[in-house]
Amino acid sequence: MLKIEQLSKVYKGGKKAVDDMNLEIERGEFVAFIGTSGSGKTTAMRMINRMIEPTSGTIYLDGEDLAKKNPVALRRSIGYVIQQIGLMPHMTIRENITLVPKLLKWTKEKKDQTAERLIELVNLPQNYLDLYPLQLSGGQQQRIGVLRALAANQDIILMDEPFGALDPITRDTLQDLMKDLQQRLGKTVIFVTHDMDEAIKLADRICIMHNGQVIQFDTPDNILSNPANEFVREFIGSHRLIQEKPSAKIVDDVMIKPITITSEKSINDAIRLMVKKRVDTLFVVDGQNHLRGYIDVESLTAARHTTTSISEAMEKDVFYVQNGTKLQDSVRRILKRNLKNIPVVDEEKRLVGLVTRANIVDMVYDTIWGDEDTENDGNSNNQEQQTGADEQQN
Amino acid sequence: MIDFVTQNSGAIVQKTWEHLYISAIALILGIIVAVPLGIVLSKLKKTAKIVLGITSILQTLPSLAILAIMIPFLGVGKVPAVIALFIYTLLPILNNTYIGMNSVNQDLKAAGISMGMTKIQSIGMVELPLAIPVIMSGIRLSAVYAISWATLASYIGAGGLGDFIFNGLNLYQPEFIIGGAVLVTVLALITDFILSKVEKWATPKGLKVER
Repeated sequence: MLKIEQLSKVYKGGKKAVDDMNLEIERGEFVAFIGTSGSGKTTAMRMINRMIEPTSGTIYLDGEDLAKKNPVALRRSIGYVIQQIGLMPHMTIRENITLVPKLLKWTKEKKDQTAERLIELVNLPQNYLDLYPLQLSGGQQQRIGVLRALAANQDIILMDEPFGALDPITRDTLQDLMKDLQQRLGKTVIFVTHDMDEAIKLADRICIMHNGQVIQFDTPDNILSNPANEFVREFIGSHRLIQEKPSAKIVDDVMIKPITITSEKSINDAIRLMVKKRVDTLFVVDGQNHLRGYIDVESLTAARHTTTSISEAMEKDVFYVQNGTKLQDSVRRILKRNLKNIPVVDEEKRLVGLVTRANIVDMVYDTIWGDEDTENDGNSNNQEQQTGADEQQN
Repeated sequence: MIDFVTQNSGAIVQKTWEHLYISAIALILGIIVAVPLGIVLSKLKKTAKIVLGITSILQTLPSLAILAIMIPFLGVGKVPAVIALFIYTLLPILNNTYIGMNSVNQDLKAAGISMGMTKIQSIGMVELPLAIPVIMSGIRLSAVYAISWATLASYIGAGGLGDFIFNGLNLYQPEFIIGGAVLVTVLALITDFILSKVEKWATPKGLKVER
């Protein structure tokens, strides 16, 4: 989709910001440009929407030479999220989201529909559309910043260290949100960062840059297992190399079967089921096993006197991971959010499993003793089920 | 003092109107010229230094001198007075427009351009709305200047509240001097108050909200 050929940028005074860069990015890929400051990663990205003109070399978008396109029209077709959020303070959230549609002269109805549809994607209420950016928190503002880059159905989105200025928890939430949106909407994202954790978490492929040159362009797993040279090894840091060694277990390897209930059942049914299965949390699913929420002892006791239906008593805000996610990532999420456990869903949000705090213990065990205990593998799954259930009781 | 008001009530209304009218025309001309010029200058940094240098020199010329210089060219009356006042209103508006446009956050300008705004759209949709509070305070300053200097316009026969003061000086009637001065001050204060309301109204709502 995007092909970068022999791209160079030399600034006045002879400083080579980007030096003979060659890359090919596929449609729907999430690519991170990473490097220290001055590595040329931002310059490289800004040449894609022609905020910076290359000194030599060509960028092809779907086979078309970018230099031959009108830069203004090009920028309207490429989403852009900047580090400082950059929402227009004098425009409402609605006007901010539909800024590019406005430049493209969409009708008011179409703009309103877009804004209303998009704000739901980032879990913000509709009435926020008429607020101003200063009335929102930094994290909320950057959600809008992301939406602004999506509003005109841009296929490519450029992100310039978009979450750098946010606190770690907000950043984590927004990273999840971004990855989810990118997968769901099939966008091609090019993401500039200097945070290796962020790159590993989000990117399908990582492009490591140094002094304007591409040092390595590969998937996170390949980079972590086969760093191209000493620089890459140092850049990613030895702790990550070791961490990744237990050959990247995924959640599917360890997840247990969660206890579920459907939402039309009554609260009494839920209590009976909890007692029978000896757990304190039930996951609420619909007929097709889609995850709708969860219900735990606290929410049950709170709701017992006001309602008898599970759909009213259940907690709809539930953090989940997709199957195929690295175990390490989900454990990190459990720890960061102080969750008891985290459900695993497939692409269509059907509940397929559950990762519990017991898995943290396994992770610690694994990293300390490695894979010595291969002979115990047969019953370890069983044990996990047990500990998992115990954990849920606490 | 009360005698002054009761005996001259007709003249007071008429002179106040004249005064206001001279200042208002000068101010409006100043806005029409200085705001667009300031916007253009904010895009041409080198020319801006020269132009702002010239206007500050104009500002330092004594106002009586300017009025006197006008007489050989434009004669006496309201026209030279308005032109002289117009020159005085230029600098504060020009200066503030220039500063206001330049003080708009660079990241926001870059964001606008990278969303695909043309330069004109960036000025109209981003820079100008955000510069309005600064431009408005320049206009307020100019308005107060114009009203106080319009007093001198009476000297070249333009009328206005200055007539009371000059008459008072010539006829040695202190109540005329004080009455005229008080009226000019009150007029300037009222204008400034009204313009402060206009400034509040013109400032984009998003810049005034609090969390």
